[in-house]
Amino acid sequence: MSGTMNLLIGLAMGLSLLALASSRLPSVIRAAAFQGMILGTLPLLLEEKFHWLVVAVAIGTITVKGFIIPNLLRRALRAANIDREVEPLIGFVPSLLLGAAAIIAAAALGSALPLLPEHAKTLLVPGSFATVVCGFILLMARTKAISQVCGYLILENGIYLFGLLLINSTPLLVEAGILLDLTVAVFVIGIIVDRIQREFDTLDTRKLTSLRE
Amino acid sequence: MTAVFDIFLRLAVWLLLAPLLPGIINKVKAWVAGRRGPPVLQLYYDLARLWRKGVVLSTAVSPMHVLGPAIAWVAIIAAALLLPVGPAGASLSFRGDALLFVYLLAFARFCIALAALDTGSAFEGMGVSREVSYAVLSEAAIITALLTLCVQSGSVSLVTMLAPSAGAGAALLAAGLFGVLLAENCRVPFDDPNTHLELTMIHEVMVLDHSGPPLAAILHGASLKLLLFAVLLTEAVLPLGKLTLPQAVGALIASVFVVTVLVGLVESLLARLAFRRVPLLLTTAFLLCLFALLVAWKGGMPS
Repeated sequence: MSGTMNLLIGLAMGLSLLALASSRLPSVIRAAAFQGMILGTLPLLLEEKFHWLVVAVAIGTITVKGFIIPNLLRRALRAANIDREVEPLIGFVPSLLLGAAAIIAAAALGSALPLLPEHAKTLLVPGSFATVVCGFILLMARTKAISQVCGYLILENGIYLFGLLLINSTPLLVEAGILLDLTVAVFVIGIIVDRIQREFDTLDTRKLTSLRE
Repeated sequence: MTAVFDIFLRLAVWLLLAPLLPGIINKVKAWVAGRRGPPVLQLYYDLARLWRKGVVLSTAVSPMHVLGPAIAWVAIIAAALLLPVGPAGASLSFRGDALLFVYLLAFARFCIALAALDTGSAFEGMGVSREVSYAVLSEAAIITALLTLCVQSGSVSLVTMLAPSAGAGAALLAAGLFGVLLAENCRVPFDDPNTHLELTMIHEVMVLDHSGPPLAAILHGASLKLLLFAVLLTEAVLPLGKLTLPQAVGALIASVFVVTVLVGLVESLLARLAFRRVPLLLTTAFLLCLFALLVAWKGGMPS
């Protein structure tokens, strides 16, 4: 069971690197969505006993992160009619190397932390650190609003992964609240993207930093 | 006496089987495109034809122009003899021969590059510069892959390194080494072996001014290198050292064939990458090998 989980977390880390390396917005969105879906299945593996609440959380997470949010983003992409190229501030190779360095550092840090014995053998902690850092790199190193949203989603995936350590003591309400927040945030960002596009004819967020009449 | 016979037998197998691989790749490409394609033995005919022809030398070249391909050919053969064949071991093995393996391949590249620069043509200089700049990244990947095998098996000799499988990171290592194979042999996502357009080729541009037997040595060396990487990939992933000799040889032949067909399929289904995107793919191959190393290192730790 721990082997399957480690494989899935490893896959999720690979997907965050894929998001860092891909040059097209739809593939960044797809990577973030797929990562969310993979991480959504983890509660089913973590719980020994079958419990309908856990199943409900997993299904809810997979639906929201895998289908609803990517569809909102794709719709914003279509509505704003923007060019699909990602514009990096840090190039693809350096950001990929930074992401890999983050994964290695997270693996080293994870083995240095005093964890519970049942968590020490899993990749939960290194995976969550690595995913958070990859999300931050994507947030900082890209100029388009949509890819920044994907960075935010990957960051949230990392935090969710960390939250799985406490799965037994987190109430369902908190999970549902987080998912709702995320959906609303992406919804709002979809509207903002449209506004930025109308105002500036581009999604480049660097334009937002200069003041003008 | 048997040792000498063994070396000659292996040498003959390597030399005779290598030109088959480009033929199989071309056949797969023709099959995917719905053409009949050149015969599988085409490279043998080409080599025989080139061997009979004379050499045309420019007045600007030094003896290095002819010596380079010859030295490179010998270096690649020497590297090939270091690779073990399943439980039979290698014909030549000592502690640390993995390092010699890497250096022999680098030396072969150096000689080909020097022979190309020797013509004094700016065009070939450009090809050399590209080849060498790709090599920086692909060599990092292959060194990391060998390091992974070292950590996994706790040895620096190719025979013991390649005998077991690569463990948990085998899939990562296989993907990384396949990327290195494509880059080192100038196959499609990195370079197109069919084109003769000045801006799209890397390896081909270095050998434009060679003719006759030196060109035959370069072409045969390139096919040997392809076979060598296919064998390295197979042995890194499959636990050939644990099988009996007939089983190991059978598995080796089957998986080299699979790798060759895979190269042909990649070549038919993918387009060549834009030049500026190539470092990204090579970095990915390097990172795949690096993560395999991480898995080997973490897996080996008592926790």
